[in-house]
Amino acid sequence: MVAVKRVVDYNVRVRVKPDGSGMALEGLKMSINPFDEIAIEAALRLKEAGTCDNVLLVSLGPAEIEPQLRTGLAMGADRAIRVDVAGSLEPLIVARALHAVALREQPILVLLGKQAVDDDHGQTGQMLAALWGRPQATFASQLTVADGVATVTREVDAGLETLAVDLPAVVTTDLRLNQPRYVKLPEILKAKTKPLTVLPFAALEIPAQRQFTVREYVPPPQRSAGVRVKDVPELVATLRSRGVLA
Amino acid sequence: MIRVLVVAEHDGRRLSAATAKCVRCAVDLKPDSLVVAVFADGGSTVAEQAAQLAGVGEVVLVDAPHNAAPLAAVLAPQVVELANGCTHVLGPSSTFGKDLLPRVAALCGVGQVSDVLAVLDSHRFRRHVHAGSAVVTVEADPTRLVVATVRLASYSGVGAAAPAAITRRSLSVAVPSHTRFVELRSDKGGRPDLQTANRVVAGGRALGSQDGFRLITELADALGAAVGASRAAVDSGFVANDQQVGQTGKIIAPELYVAVGISGAIQHITGIKDARTIVAINKDPEAPIFEIADVGLVADLFKAVPELTSALRARDER
Repeated sequence: MVAVKRVVDYNVRVRVKPDGSGMALEGLKMSINPFDEIAIEAALRLKEAGTCDNVLLVSLGPAEIEPQLRTGLAMGADRAIRVDVAGSLEPLIVARALHAVALREQPILVLLGKQAVDDDHGQTGQMLAALWGRPQATFASQLTVADGVATVTREVDAGLETLAVDLPAVVTTDLRLNQPRYVKLPEILKAKTKPLTVLPFAALEIPAQRQFTVREYVPPPQRSAGVRVKDVPELVATLRSRGVLA
Repeated sequence: MIRVLVVAEHDGRRLSAATAKCVRCAVDLKPDSLVVAVFADGGSTVAEQAAQLAGVGEVVLVDAPHNAAPLAAVLAPQVVELANGCTHVLGPSSTFGKDLLPRVAALCGVGQVSDVLAVLDSHRFRRHVHAGSAVVTVEADPTRLVVATVRLASYSGVGAAAPAAITRRSLSVAVPSHTRFVELRSDKGGRPDLQTANRVVAGGRALGSQDGFRLITELADALGAAVGASRAAVDSGFVANDQQVGQTGKIIAPELYVAVGISGAIQHITGIKDARTIVAINKDPEAPIFEIADVGLVADLFKAVPELTSALRARDER
């Protein structure tokens, strides 16, 4: 099972709305969150290695998110579930929804991106693992599965940490785990007929109360361009005069 | 009453500088009590270091063999136990805190505020979204526990004070065995730690190869600096992943940041914009890095960097 979030494309520069009520997202190119794309690729490789039979994508949102699920199906996932819900969702609510789906679907592994590049929370996978009472291995850069155990190398501040976790488990992906495949046209056509189930959010019977209010979107303070120096001696002299170098 | 629990980060012997920064953030909450929790196998030295942080009222040391490695699944239920009666639980926005705190929050049935960059009052915080393209105010429900991670680049550490009391606690919570530590591979080459270094020299894809990246490490050594890299340089295999600076790597705030052959994508800029002085060396005069650099040098890095390195070495020898 792979959780997928639709976000503004990584390469698009996003700006604050003039009234500060949010980000101006209308008309921007949308994509699968890049870390989630890596998660899909990781699941597909496990299937190709015979570790699992089936790759399920799960996403939460309105019908507009279906193109991203179709893209994931075109990559090679077998089926998709869209939990139908409007508005922005806090990570805990997403984790509860994924937990409810996991209890129905009984996956051996749930893969998610380590963070979504829009809200930058980085919480959902860990919260899902907590609610499910299962192991978590975050920031994965290597993943192997054998005999009911996932061995995961994690990108941590101190270097590379390896954990062994019993399945089922939750793994969140970092950039170096893999390079997601490109989708070919025949796959896009084939994906149109793959099963995409819509599940009403209410059917999951989970608490959906918001706990946070987010307001006052402002652009961050900008650094301004400084001086240009012509060569290395002037660079050293400038840094000395500013007290940066002794 | 504001009762804050700060989860200490350490490697078993030394307290991480991140903890002093979390304490600084905790002090901004104007707490009635401020407790630092140290989970370790042993850990007396770490607890003593934590007890000396100004503002800390008490250090709780939970010394148990299962706390030898910082496993979120093992630590989270213990943090929950200690958080009983607290209004806030804080941890660093390092890979340690990012891994652990959301698990704690979910076990408590609450959400989390990630990467707090400023405290407005006990339940209102500022944080970035969209790779730092906006700063937002998050208001937490005052009737619930607040779990938050602290953006380390936004805080300086508290200083030392007369030591607080250290209390040893043994917790009767069940810890899972489904998660097992295998190994930690670490190779810093004797250089300063990237997250906490005063000076950082970082290289981009323009270095061309692992071999070319040596220009960066030589300059870093001449400056006594840590080595960083853009995502492009890491993806190209020039350096290890833990040297990546930016939205999805490390967010740092050194006194001096030297960006060499880095064009300056927003995802990179968000990782360095709190640096005191940014120096950019790039052959493309239109590179976005120059829009935020304090000192810019348009030059071929393969000439300029060795020249700068030898100029710095010559100064050392005088």
